[in-house]
Amino acid sequence: MEWEVVIGLETHTQLRTKSKQFSGASITYGAQPNTQADEVSVALPGVLPVLNKQAVECAIKFGLAINADIPARSVFSRKNYFYPDLPKGYQISQFELPVVGKGAVTIQVPAVGKNAAYEKVINITRAHLEEDAGKSVHGAVEGMSGIDLNRAGTPLLEIVTEPDMRSAAEAVAYAKKLHELVQWIDICDGNMQEGSFRCDVNVSVRPKGQEKFGTRREIKNLNSFKFMTQAIEYETRWQIETLEDGGTIQQATVLFNPDTGETKAMRSKEEANDYRYFPDPDLLPLEVTAADKARVQATMQKSQNEEYLRYVNDLNMFPDDARAITSSRQIYNYFESVLAELRKIAVPTATQTQDNANAKSVANWVINTLGSYLNKTNLDISESPVRPEQLAKMLSKIFDNTISNNAAKQVFEAMWMGEGEADAIIEAKGLKQESDSGAIEAILDEVLKANPAMVEEFKAGKEKAFNALVGQAMKASKGKANPAQVNDLLKKKLAF
Amino acid sequence: MALNITDIKRIAHLARLEINEQEASQTLTKLTGILGLIEQMQAVDTAGITPMSHSQDVVQRLREDVVTATNQREAFQANAPILGNGSAEKAVDSGLYLVPKVIE
Repeated sequence: MEWEVVIGLETHTQLRTKSKQFSGASITYGAQPNTQADEVSVALPGVLPVLNKQAVECAIKFGLAINADIPARSVFSRKNYFYPDLPKGYQISQFELPVVGKGAVTIQVPAVGKNAAYEKVINITRAHLEEDAGKSVHGAVEGMSGIDLNRAGTPLLEIVTEPDMRSAAEAVAYAKKLHELVQWIDICDGNMQEGSFRCDVNVSVRPKGQEKFGTRREIKNLNSFKFMTQAIEYETRWQIETLEDGGTIQQATVLFNPDTGETKAMRSKEEANDYRYFPDPDLLPLEVTAADKARVQATMQKSQNEEYLRYVNDLNMFPDDARAITSSRQIYNYFESVLAELRKIAVPTATQTQDNANAKSVANWVINTLGSYLNKTNLDISESPVRPEQLAKMLSKIFDNTISNNAAKQVFEAMWMGEGEADAIIEAKGLKQESDSGAIEAILDEVLKANPAMVEEFKAGKEKAFNALVGQAMKASKGKANPAQVNDLLKKKLAF
Repeated sequence: MALNITDIKRIAHLARLEINEQEASQTLTKLTGILGLIEQMQAVDTAGITPMSHSQDVVQRLREDVVTATNQREAFQANAPILGNGSAEKAVDSGLYLVPKVIE
Protein backbone atom coordinates (compact mmCIF):
# COMPACT_ATOMS: atom_id res chain seq x y z
CA MET A 1 0.00 0.00 0.00
CA GLU A 2 1.20 3.51 -0.69
CA TRP A 3 1.24 5.78 2.35
CA GLU A 4 1.13 9.53 2.74
CA VAL A 5 2.62 11.38 5.68
CA VAL A 6 0.80 14.44 7.05
CA ILE A 7 2.77 16.98 9.07
CA GLY A 8 1.90 20.11 11.01
CA LEU A 9 4.25 22.25 13.08
CA GLU A 10 4.00 24.25 16.27
CA THR A 11 6.99 26.54 16.69
CA HIS A 12 7.93 28.40 19.84
CA THR A 13 9.87 31.52 19.05
CA GLN A 14 11.39 33.50 21.87
CA LEU A 15 10.66 37.15 21.27
CA ARG A 16 13.36 39.80 21.19
CA THR A 17 12.56 41.72 24.34
CA LYS A 18 14.62 42.85 27.30
CA SER A 19 12.11 41.87 29.97
CA LYS A 20 9.62 39.09 30.58
CA GLN A 21 6.14 38.73 29.14
CA PHE A 22 4.37 39.86 32.30
CA SER A 23 7.02 41.47 34.51
CA GLY A 24 10.19 43.58 34.52
CA ALA A 25 12.65 40.73 35.12
CA SER A 26 15.51 40.37 32.64
CA ILE A 27 15.58 37.50 30.12
CA THR A 28 19.33 37.55 29.41
CA TYR A 29 20.51 34.01 28.66
CA GLY A 30 22.94 32.18 30.93
CA ALA A 31 22.51 34.10 34.21
CA GLN A 32 23.08 32.40 37.58
CA PRO A 33 20.06 30.28 38.59
CA ASN A 34 17.05 32.22 39.88
CA THR A 35 18.79 35.61 39.80
CA GLN A 36 16.33 36.74 37.10
CA ALA A 37 13.28 35.29 38.77
CA ASP A 38 11.24 38.09 40.30
CA GLU A 39 8.02 37.89 42.32
CA VAL A 40 5.95 37.23 39.20
CA SER A 41 8.32 34.54 37.85
CA VAL A 42 8.29 32.59 41.12
CA ALA A 43 4.53 33.22 41.45
CA LEU A 44 4.40 34.74 44.91
CA PRO A 45 0.83 35.21 46.14
CA GLY A 46 -0.81 38.51 45.21
CA VAL A 47 1.34 39.37 42.19
CA LEU A 48 -0.30 40.52 38.97
CA PRO A 49 0.90 40.11 35.38
CA VAL A 50 1.38 43.25 33.24
CA LEU A 51 1.78 42.61 29.52
CA ASN A 52 4.98 43.61 27.67
CA LYS A 53 4.33 46.14 24.87
CA GLN A 54 7.34 45.03 22.84
CA ALA A 55 6.14 41.42 22.81
CA VAL A 56 2.75 42.54 21.47
CA GLU A 57 4.48 44.55 18.74
CA CYS A 58 6.56 41.51 17.77
CA ALA A 59 3.35 39.51 17.39
CA ILE A 60 1.79 42.26 15.23
CA LYS A 61 4.93 42.35 13.06
CA PHE A 62 4.67 38.63 12.50
CA GLY A 63 0.99 38.90 11.64
CA LEU A 64 1.72 41.65 9.10
CA ALA A 65 4.62 39.67 7.61
CA ILE A 66 2.44 36.64 6.85
CA ASN A 67 -0.59 38.71 5.75
CA ALA A 68 -2.62 37.35 8.62
CA ASP A 69 -5.84 38.53 10.19
CA ILE A 70 -4.95 40.48 13.29
CA PRO A 71 -8.17 40.65 15.28
CA ALA A 72 -9.08 43.84 17.13
CA ARG A 73 -9.34 41.88 20.34
CA SER A 74 -7.53 38.85 21.72
CA VAL A 75 -7.75 37.19 25.09
CA PHE A 76 -5.30 35.56 27.50
CA SER A 77 -6.22 32.23 29.03
CA ARG A 78 -4.86 29.98 31.72
CA LYS A 79 -3.61 26.57 30.65
CA ASN A 80 -3.70 24.52 33.83
CA TYR A 81 -1.23 21.76 34.63
CA PHE A 82 1.11 20.84 37.44
CA TYR A 83 4.84 20.67 37.01
CA PRO A 84 7.57 21.99 39.33
CA ASP A 85 8.96 24.40 36.72
CA LEU A 86 5.54 26.08 36.53
CA PRO A 87 5.01 27.46 40.02
CA LYS A 88 1.65 29.15 39.32
CA GLY A 89 0.06 25.83 38.34
CA TYR A 90 -0.91 27.36 35.01
CA GLN A 91 0.74 28.87 31.98
CA ILE A 92 -0.65 32.13 30.65
CA SER A 93 -1.37 31.54 26.98
CA GLN A 94 -4.06 32.36 24.44
CA PHE A 95 -6.74 29.89 23.46
CA GLU A 96 -9.98 30.81 21.64
CA LEU A 97 -8.88 34.31 20.61
CA PRO A 98 -5.19 34.47 19.62
CA VAL A 99 -3.42 37.73 18.71
CA VAL A 100 -2.69 36.52 15.14
CA GLY A 101 -5.20 34.61 13.03
CA LYS A 102 -4.98 32.84 9.68
CA GLY A 103 -2.05 33.65 7.39
CA ALA A 104 0.33 31.91 5.01
CA VAL A 105 4.02 31.32 4.33
CA THR A 106 5.43 30.34 0.93
CA ILE A 107 8.22 27.80 1.12
CA GLN A 108 10.84 26.65 -1.39
CA VAL A 109 11.38 22.90 -1.26
CA PRO A 110 14.82 22.10 -2.67
CA ALA A 111 15.36 19.55 -5.44
CA VAL A 112 16.15 16.02 -4.27
CA GLY A 113 17.52 13.49 -6.75
CA LYS A 114 15.16 13.38 -9.74
CA ASN A 115 12.53 15.53 -8.05
CA ALA A 116 12.72 19.17 -9.07
CA ALA A 117 12.54 22.04 -6.58
CA TYR A 118 9.09 23.55 -6.05
CA GLU A 119 7.20 26.19 -4.11
CA LYS A 120 4.33 25.50 -1.76
CA VAL A 121 2.04 27.63 0.38
CA ILE A 122 1.82 26.56 4.01
CA ASN A 123 -1.20 27.92 5.84
CA ILE A 124 -0.73 29.31 9.30
CA THR A 125 -3.64 28.56 11.60
CA ARG A 126 -2.73 31.05 14.29
CA ALA A 127 0.02 32.55 16.39
CA HIS A 128 -0.44 33.30 20.05
CA LEU A 129 1.47 34.99 22.85
CA GLU A 130 2.43 32.97 25.89
CA GLU A 131 5.08 32.62 28.56
CA ASP A 132 7.86 30.06 28.83
CA ALA A 133 8.21 27.75 31.86
CA GLY A 134 11.29 27.41 34.07
CA LYS A 135 13.93 24.72 33.74
CA SER A 136 14.45 21.51 35.68
CA VAL A 137 18.06 20.60 36.39
CA HIS A 138 18.70 16.95 37.17
CA GLY A 139 21.55 15.30 38.96
CA ALA A 140 22.79 18.22 41.07
CA VAL A 141 21.46 16.73 44.30
CA GLU A 142 20.82 12.99 44.76
CA GLY A 143 17.15 12.08 44.48
CA MET A 144 16.08 15.69 43.85
CA SER A 145 15.52 17.94 40.85
CA GLY A 146 16.68 21.55 40.88
CA ILE A 147 14.39 24.29 39.59
CA ASP A 148 15.70 27.41 37.86
CA LEU A 149 12.96 29.95 37.20
CA ASN A 150 15.06 32.43 35.19
CA ARG A 151 13.31 31.29 31.99
CA ALA A 152 9.85 31.30 33.57
CA GLY A 153 7.80 34.09 32.01
CA THR A 154 10.04 34.59 28.95
CA PRO A 155 7.89 35.96 26.07
CA LEU A 156 7.06 33.41 23.39
CA LEU A 157 5.06 33.52 20.20
CA GLU A 158 3.76 30.06 19.31
CA ILE A 159 3.16 29.71 15.58
CA VAL A 160 0.86 26.89 14.49
CA THR A 161 0.45 25.58 10.93
CA GLU A 162 -2.33 23.64 9.27
CA PRO A 163 -1.42 19.97 8.60
CA ASP A 164 -0.20 21.06 5.15
CA MET A 165 3.17 19.37 4.83
CA ARG A 166 3.58 16.00 3.11
CA SER A 167 7.25 15.13 3.65
CA ALA A 168 10.15 15.72 6.01
CA ALA A 169 11.66 17.91 3.27
CA GLU A 170 8.58 20.17 3.24
CA ALA A 171 8.52 20.38 7.04
CA VAL A 172 12.19 21.35 7.18
CA ALA A 173 11.77 23.84 4.31
CA TYR A 174 8.94 25.45 6.28
CA ALA A 175 10.93 25.50 9.53
CA LYS A 176 13.89 27.07 7.74
CA LYS A 177 11.68 29.66 6.04
CA LEU A 178 10.05 30.58 9.34
CA HIS A 179 13.47 30.73 11.00
CA GLU A 180 14.64 33.18 8.30
CA LEU A 181 11.44 35.19 8.53
CA VAL A 182 11.39 35.76 12.30
CA GLN A 183 15.00 36.94 12.12
CA TRP A 184 14.33 39.06 9.04
CA ILE A 185 11.56 40.95 10.83
CA ASP A 186 13.76 40.98 13.92
CA ILE A 187 11.34 39.48 16.42
CA CYS A 188 13.58 36.52 17.39
CA ASP A 189 17.34 35.98 17.49
CA GLY A 190 16.87 32.51 15.97
CA ASN A 191 19.42 30.93 18.31
CA MET A 192 18.43 27.28 18.24
CA GLN A 193 21.12 26.08 20.66
CA GLU A 194 19.80 28.41 23.33
CA GLY A 195 16.24 27.34 22.59
CA SER A 196 15.05 30.61 21.04
CA PHE A 197 13.45 28.69 18.16
CA ARG A 198 12.12 25.18 18.82
CA CYS A 199 9.62 23.06 16.97
CA ASP A 200 7.01 20.48 17.92
CA VAL A 201 6.14 18.34 14.90
CA ASN A 202 2.82 16.51 14.55
CA VAL A 203 3.14 13.44 12.33
CA SER A 204 0.48 11.05 11.08
CA VAL A 205 0.20 8.70 8.13
CA ARG A 206 -2.74 7.58 5.99
CA PRO A 207 -3.19 5.43 2.91
CA LYS A 208 -2.65 7.62 -0.15
CA GLY A 209 -6.00 8.92 -1.40
CA GLN A 210 -7.75 8.59 1.96
CA GLU A 211 -9.30 11.84 3.14
CA LYS A 212 -9.43 11.15 6.86
CA PHE A 213 -6.26 11.93 8.81
CA GLY A 214 -4.54 9.16 10.73
CA THR A 215 -3.88 9.40 14.47
CA ARG A 216 -1.00 11.76 15.12
CA ARG A 217 1.96 11.64 17.43
CA GLU A 218 3.72 14.84 18.43
CA ILE A 219 7.53 14.98 18.41
CA LYS A 220 8.46 17.56 21.06
CA ASN A 221 11.17 20.20 21.16
CA LEU A 222 13.31 19.72 18.07
CA ASN A 223 16.00 22.37 18.02
CA SER A 224 17.97 21.45 14.91
CA PHE A 225 16.91 20.99 11.28
CA LYS A 226 19.03 17.85 11.03
CA PHE A 227 17.28 16.26 14.01
CA MET A 228 13.94 17.33 12.55
CA THR A 229 14.62 15.42 9.33
CA GLN A 230 15.83 12.34 11.20
CA ALA A 231 12.96 12.41 13.70
CA ILE A 232 10.23 12.77 11.03
CA GLU A 233 11.74 10.07 8.83
CA TYR A 234 12.05 7.64 11.74
CA GLU A 235 8.56 8.45 13.06
CA THR A 236 7.00 8.02 9.60
CA ARG A 237 8.66 4.65 9.08
CA TRP A 238 7.65 3.51 12.57
CA GLN A 239 3.99 4.47 12.05
CA ILE A 240 3.79 2.78 8.63
CA GLU A 241 5.42 -0.41 9.96
CA THR A 242 3.13 -0.44 12.98
CA LEU A 243 0.04 -0.13 10.77
CA GLU A 244 1.26 -2.67 8.24
CA ASP A 245 1.86 -5.14 11.06
CA GLY A 246 -1.81 -4.76 11.97
CA GLY A 247 -1.22 -2.42 14.90
CA THR A 248 -2.87 0.91 15.70
CA ILE A 249 -1.35 4.32 16.51
CA GLN A 250 -2.11 5.81 19.93
CA GLN A 251 -2.08 9.57 20.21
CA ALA A 252 1.08 10.41 22.13
CA THR A 253 3.84 12.86 22.78
CA VAL A 254 7.23 11.49 21.75
CA LEU A 255 10.81 12.56 22.21
CA PHE A 256 13.60 12.23 19.66
CA ASN A 257 16.85 10.73 20.88
CA PRO A 258 19.72 12.07 18.72
CA ASP A 259 22.05 9.28 19.92
CA THR A 260 19.85 6.43 18.69
CA GLY A 261 18.00 8.37 15.96
CA GLU A 262 14.71 7.04 17.36
CA THR A 263 11.50 8.55 18.68
CA LYS A 264 9.96 7.24 21.88
CA ALA A 265 6.61 7.92 23.57
CA MET A 266 6.99 10.21 26.56
CA ARG A 267 3.76 9.94 28.46
CA SER A 268 0.22 9.01 27.69
CA LYS A 269 -1.83 12.14 27.26
CA GLU A 270 -5.26 10.84 28.32
CA GLU A 271 -5.38 12.81 31.55
CA ALA A 272 -2.51 15.29 31.23
CA ASN A 273 -4.21 16.64 28.11
CA ASP A 274 -7.08 18.23 30.01
CA TYR A 275 -5.75 21.73 30.46
CA ARG A 276 -9.09 23.28 31.47
CA TYR A 277 -8.39 26.57 29.69
CA PHE A 278 -10.34 29.58 30.89
CA PRO A 279 -9.87 33.34 30.42
CA ASP A 280 -7.28 34.71 32.86
CA PRO A 281 -9.12 37.15 35.14
CA ASP A 282 -5.78 38.90 35.86
CA LEU A 283 -5.52 40.16 32.30
CA LEU A 284 -7.89 42.33 30.32
CA PRO A 285 -8.55 41.73 26.63
CA LEU A 286 -5.70 42.86 24.38
CA GLU A 287 -6.78 45.47 21.86
CA VAL A 288 -4.93 45.96 18.58
CA THR A 289 -6.26 48.94 16.61
CA ALA A 290 -5.71 49.84 12.96
CA ALA A 291 -3.48 52.65 14.22
CA ASP A 292 -1.36 50.14 16.18
CA LYS A 293 -0.95 48.05 13.05
CA ALA A 294 -0.01 51.09 10.95
CA ARG A 295 2.52 52.23 13.56
CA VAL A 296 4.19 48.80 13.61
CA GLN A 297 4.03 48.53 9.81
CA ALA A 298 5.91 51.82 9.54
CA THR A 299 8.83 50.37 11.51
CA MET A 300 9.11 47.34 9.23
CA GLN A 301 11.61 47.16 6.43
CA LYS A 302 11.01 45.67 2.99
CA SER A 303 10.13 42.00 2.99
CA GLN A 304 12.54 39.27 1.97
CA ASN A 305 10.55 38.63 -1.15
CA GLU A 306 10.46 42.29 -2.25
CA GLU A 307 14.25 42.50 -1.91
CA TYR A 308 14.70 39.18 -3.68
CA LEU A 309 12.63 40.40 -6.64
CA ARG A 310 14.48 43.71 -6.74
CA TYR A 311 17.83 41.91 -6.89
CA VAL A 312 16.74 39.55 -9.64
CA ASN A 313 14.75 42.04 -11.73
CA ASP A 314 16.58 45.32 -11.21
CA LEU A 315 20.13 44.20 -10.47
CA ASN A 316 20.09 41.11 -12.75
CA MET A 317 21.44 38.97 -9.95
CA PHE A 318 21.36 35.17 -10.20
CA PRO A 319 18.25 33.87 -8.40
CA ASP A 320 20.38 31.59 -6.20
CA ASP A 321 22.60 34.49 -5.15
CA ALA A 322 19.61 36.76 -4.52
CA ARG A 323 18.02 34.02 -2.43
CA ALA A 324 21.22 33.53 -0.43
CA ILE A 325 21.61 37.28 0.22
CA THR A 326 18.01 37.60 1.40
CA SER A 327 18.16 34.44 3.48
CA SER A 328 19.24 36.40 6.52
CA ARG A 329 19.01 39.96 7.71
CA GLN A 330 22.72 39.89 8.61
CA ILE A 331 23.93 38.76 5.18
CA TYR A 332 21.56 41.27 3.59
CA ASN A 333 22.86 44.09 5.78
CA TYR A 334 26.46 43.17 4.98
CA PHE A 335 25.78 43.07 1.24
CA GLU A 336 23.86 46.36 1.28
CA SER A 337 26.69 48.03 3.26
CA VAL A 338 29.24 46.92 0.66
CA LEU A 339 27.06 48.35 -2.12
CA ALA A 340 26.57 51.61 -0.24
CA GLU A 341 30.32 51.97 0.37
CA LEU A 342 31.04 51.20 -3.27
CA ARG A 343 28.65 53.91 -4.40
CA LYS A 344 30.60 56.37 -2.26
CA ILE A 345 33.90 55.34 -3.86
CA ALA A 346 32.57 54.81 -7.37
CA VAL A 347 33.64 56.77 -10.38
CA PRO A 348 31.03 59.45 -11.07
CA THR A 349 30.77 58.35 -14.71
CA ALA A 350 29.66 54.86 -13.72
CA THR A 351 26.60 53.80 -15.64
CA GLN A 352 23.61 51.88 -14.35
CA THR A 353 24.75 48.83 -16.30
CA GLN A 354 28.12 48.91 -14.60
CA ASP A 355 26.45 49.38 -11.24
CA ASN A 356 24.36 46.29 -11.84
CA ALA A 357 27.36 44.26 -12.99
CA ASN A 358 29.12 45.36 -9.84
CA ALA A 359 26.22 44.25 -7.65
CA LYS A 360 26.37 40.83 -9.26
CA SER A 361 30.07 40.62 -8.55
CA VAL A 362 29.63 41.86 -4.96
CA ALA A 363 27.02 39.15 -4.40
CA ASN A 364 29.44 36.54 -5.70
CA TRP A 365 32.20 37.75 -3.35
CA VAL A 366 29.90 37.88 -0.34
CA ILE A 367 28.20 34.52 -0.94
CA ASN A 368 31.06 32.46 -2.31
CA THR A 369 34.36 33.88 -1.15
CA LEU A 370 33.39 35.40 2.19
CA GLY A 371 30.86 32.61 2.69
CA SER A 372 33.47 29.87 2.37
CA TYR A 373 35.87 31.65 4.76
CA LEU A 374 33.04 32.02 7.29
CA ASN A 375 32.09 28.37 6.87
CA LYS A 376 35.64 27.17 7.37
CA THR A 377 36.08 29.18 10.55
CA ASN A 378 32.51 28.69 11.78
CA LEU A 379 32.01 32.43 12.13
CA ASP A 380 28.83 34.41 11.73
CA ILE A 381 28.86 37.14 9.07
CA SER A 382 28.52 39.74 11.82
CA GLU A 383 31.86 38.46 13.19
CA SER A 384 33.68 38.61 9.84
CA PRO A 385 37.20 40.01 10.25
CA VAL A 386 36.76 41.66 6.82
CA ARG A 387 34.34 44.55 7.28
CA PRO A 388 31.98 45.67 4.49
CA GLU A 389 33.89 48.92 3.93
CA GLN A 390 37.15 46.98 3.57
CA LEU A 391 35.62 44.61 1.06
CA ALA A 392 34.13 47.57 -0.83
CA LYS A 393 37.54 49.23 -1.15
CA MET A 394 39.09 46.05 -2.46
CA LEU A 395 36.26 45.49 -4.95
CA SER A 396 36.60 49.04 -6.23
CA LYS A 397 40.20 48.10 -7.13
CA ILE A 398 38.91 45.24 -9.26
CA PHE A 399 36.29 47.43 -10.90
CA ASP A 400 38.83 50.13 -11.85
CA ASN A 401 41.21 47.45 -13.19
CA THR A 402 43.93 48.08 -10.62
CA ILE A 403 43.97 44.39 -9.70
CA SER A 404 42.74 41.22 -11.35
CA ASN A 405 40.12 38.97 -9.84
CA ASN A 406 42.84 36.44 -9.03
CA ALA A 407 45.03 38.99 -7.31
CA ALA A 408 41.98 40.11 -5.36
CA LYS A 409 41.73 36.65 -3.85
CA GLN A 410 45.20 37.15 -2.36
CA VAL A 411 44.22 40.59 -1.12
CA PHE A 412 41.09 39.13 0.51
CA GLU A 413 43.09 36.38 2.19
CA ALA A 414 45.51 38.98 3.58
CA MET A 415 42.67 41.20 4.83
CA TRP A 416 41.07 38.14 6.44
CA MET A 417 44.36 37.46 8.26
CA GLY A 418 44.31 41.05 9.52
CA GLU A 419 47.17 42.32 7.36
CA GLY A 420 45.54 45.68 6.78
CA GLU A 421 43.66 47.54 4.07
CA ALA A 422 43.44 46.61 0.40
CA ASP A 423 45.61 49.49 -0.88
CA ALA A 424 48.51 48.68 1.44
CA ILE A 425 48.30 44.96 0.67
CA ILE A 426 48.25 45.53 -3.11
CA GLU A 427 51.31 47.74 -2.74
CA ALA A 428 53.17 45.39 -0.38
CA LYS A 429 52.55 42.30 -2.47
CA GLY A 430 53.03 44.02 -5.82
CA LEU A 431 49.64 42.89 -7.09
CA LYS A 432 48.84 45.87 -9.26
CA GLN A 433 48.04 44.67 -12.74
CA GLU A 434 49.69 46.00 -15.86
CA SER A 435 47.20 48.10 -17.76
CA ASP A 436 49.71 50.08 -19.77
CA SER A 437 49.03 48.89 -23.31
CA GLY A 438 52.60 49.69 -24.42
CA ALA A 439 54.04 47.37 -21.79
CA ILE A 440 51.52 44.64 -22.61
CA GLU A 441 52.20 44.93 -26.31
CA ALA A 442 55.91 44.51 -25.59
CA ILE A 443 55.20 41.32 -23.65
CA LEU A 444 52.93 40.05 -26.43
CA ASP A 445 55.58 40.65 -29.07
CA GLU A 446 58.01 38.57 -26.99
CA VAL A 447 55.46 35.78 -26.57
CA LEU A 448 54.59 35.69 -30.28
CA LYS A 449 58.24 35.54 -31.22
CA ALA A 450 58.95 32.75 -28.73
CA ASN A 451 55.94 30.61 -29.77
CA PRO A 452 55.74 30.53 -33.58
CA ALA A 453 54.22 27.03 -33.51
CA MET A 454 51.21 28.26 -31.55
CA VAL A 455 50.75 31.20 -33.89
CA GLU A 456 50.70 28.78 -36.82
CA GLU A 457 48.16 26.55 -35.08
CA PHE A 458 45.92 29.53 -34.45
CA LYS A 459 46.13 30.58 -38.05
CA ALA A 460 45.24 27.00 -39.01
CA GLY A 461 41.98 27.53 -37.13
CA LYS A 462 42.77 26.08 -33.72
CA GLU A 463 40.98 28.34 -31.23
CA LYS A 464 42.73 26.67 -28.31
CA ALA A 465 46.05 28.06 -29.42
CA PHE A 466 44.73 31.56 -28.71
CA ASN A 467 44.08 30.72 -25.07
CA ALA A 468 47.50 29.13 -24.81
CA LEU A 469 49.07 32.37 -26.05
CA VAL A 470 47.07 34.41 -23.52
CA GLY A 471 48.31 32.01 -20.86
CA GLN A 472 51.91 32.54 -21.95
CA ALA A 473 51.49 36.31 -21.87
CA MET A 474 49.93 36.22 -18.39
CA LYS A 475 52.80 34.04 -17.24
CA ALA A 476 55.37 36.37 -18.73
CA SER A 477 53.75 39.30 -16.89
CA LYS A 478 53.79 37.24 -13.67
CA GLY A 479 50.02 37.38 -13.65
CA LYS A 480 49.94 41.16 -13.48
CA ALA A 481 48.70 41.92 -16.97
CA ASN A 482 45.05 42.88 -17.28
CA PRO A 483 43.58 39.75 -18.90
CA ALA A 484 40.91 41.67 -20.80
CA GLN A 485 43.53 43.93 -22.32
CA VAL A 486 45.77 40.99 -23.17
CA ASN A 487 42.84 39.42 -25.00
CA ASP A 488 42.04 42.55 -26.97
CA LEU A 489 45.59 43.35 -27.93
CA LEU A 490 46.40 39.78 -28.89
CA LYS A 491 43.34 39.64 -31.13
CA LYS A 492 44.50 42.78 -32.91
CA LYS A 493 48.02 41.45 -33.33
CA LEU A 494 46.88 38.15 -34.76
CA ALA A 495 44.34 39.74 -37.09
CA PHE A 496 46.77 40.52 -39.88
CA MET B 1 -25.20 18.45 31.78
CA ALA B 2 -25.19 16.06 34.72
CA LEU B 3 -22.08 15.46 36.79
CA ASN B 4 -21.34 12.21 38.58
CA ILE B 5 -18.99 11.31 41.39
CA THR B 6 -16.29 10.11 38.96
CA ASP B 7 -16.22 13.56 37.33
CA ILE B 8 -15.76 15.18 40.73
CA LYS B 9 -12.86 12.88 41.61
CA ARG B 10 -11.23 13.50 38.27
CA ILE B 11 -11.53 17.29 38.57
CA ALA B 12 -10.13 17.10 42.08
CA HIS B 13 -7.22 15.01 40.86
CA LEU B 14 -6.46 17.44 38.01
CA ALA B 15 -6.39 20.28 40.56
CA ARG B 16 -4.31 18.09 42.92
CA LEU B 17 -6.98 18.31 45.64
CA GLU B 18 -7.28 15.41 48.03
CA ILE B 19 -10.95 14.79 48.87
CA ASN B 20 -12.63 11.92 50.68
CA GLU B 21 -15.92 10.24 49.68
CA GLN B 22 -18.02 12.53 51.88
CA GLU B 23 -16.41 15.70 50.51
CA ALA B 24 -16.79 14.34 47.00
CA SER B 25 -20.53 13.86 47.34
CA GLN B 26 -20.96 17.28 49.01
CA THR B 27 -19.00 18.86 46.14
CA LEU B 28 -21.15 17.01 43.64
CA THR B 29 -24.30 18.55 45.16
CA LYS B 30 -22.82 22.07 45.12
CA LEU B 31 -21.44 21.88 41.60
CA THR B 32 -24.68 20.42 40.29
CA GLY B 33 -26.46 23.41 41.82
CA ILE B 34 -24.11 25.84 40.04
CA LEU B 35 -24.58 24.06 36.72
CA GLY B 36 -28.35 24.29 37.24
CA LEU B 37 -28.00 28.03 37.63
CA ILE B 38 -26.01 28.24 34.42
CA GLU B 39 -28.67 26.21 32.62
CA GLN B 40 -31.26 28.78 33.66
CA MET B 41 -29.07 31.59 32.32
CA GLN B 42 -28.68 29.78 29.04
CA ALA B 43 -32.40 30.29 28.45
CA VAL B 44 -31.66 33.99 27.81
CA ASP B 45 -31.35 34.87 24.12
CA THR B 46 -27.77 36.12 23.61
CA ALA B 47 -27.73 36.05 19.82
CA GLY B 48 -25.60 38.86 18.42
CA ILE B 49 -23.93 39.66 21.74
CA THR B 50 -20.13 39.39 21.86
CA PRO B 51 -19.08 37.15 24.73
CA MET B 52 -17.23 38.97 27.49
CA SER B 53 -13.87 37.70 28.60
CA HIS B 54 -13.66 40.07 31.54
CA SER B 55 -16.19 41.68 33.84
CA GLN B 56 -14.80 45.17 33.20
CA ASP B 57 -15.24 46.79 29.80
CA VAL B 58 -11.68 48.07 29.52
CA VAL B 59 -8.67 46.86 27.57
CA GLN B 60 -5.24 45.69 28.65
CA ARG B 61 -2.68 48.38 29.46
CA LEU B 62 0.79 47.58 28.24
CA ARG B 63 4.09 47.85 30.06
CA GLU B 64 7.17 49.36 28.37
CA ASP B 65 9.82 46.71 27.76
CA VAL B 66 12.23 47.76 30.51
CA VAL B 67 14.05 45.66 33.09
CA THR B 68 12.94 46.94 36.49
CA ALA B 69 13.40 43.88 38.70
CA THR B 70 16.57 43.28 40.69
CA ASN B 71 17.99 40.03 41.97
CA GLN B 72 16.12 39.03 45.13
CA ARG B 73 17.05 35.38 45.13
CA GLU B 74 18.24 35.35 48.73
CA ALA B 75 15.09 36.94 50.06
CA PHE B 76 12.86 34.57 48.07
CA GLN B 77 14.83 31.47 48.94
CA ALA B 78 14.78 32.33 52.64
CA ASN B 79 11.08 31.64 52.22
CA ALA B 80 11.53 28.30 50.40
CA PRO B 81 9.98 25.10 51.84
CA ILE B 82 12.16 23.05 54.15
CA LEU B 83 13.97 20.02 52.80
CA GLY B 84 11.84 17.61 54.85
CA ASN B 85 14.70 15.46 56.10
CA GLY B 86 14.00 16.30 59.73
CA SER B 87 16.27 19.34 59.73
CA ALA B 88 15.26 22.97 59.30
CA GLU B 89 17.33 23.16 56.11
CA LYS B 90 15.75 24.96 53.13
CA ALA B 91 15.18 22.98 49.94
CA VAL B 92 17.66 25.01 47.90
CA ASP B 93 21.07 24.21 46.48
CA SER B 94 23.48 26.32 44.38
CA GLY B 95 20.70 28.82 43.78
CA LEU B 96 18.21 26.15 42.64
CA TYR B 97 14.93 25.29 44.35
CA LEU B 98 14.88 21.58 45.14
CA VAL B 99 11.86 19.36 44.50
CA PRO B 100 11.39 15.58 44.53
CA LYS B 101 12.95 14.09 41.40
CA VAL B 102 10.74 14.71 38.36
CA ILE B 103 12.75 13.09 35.57
CA GLU B 104 10.72 10.63 33.46
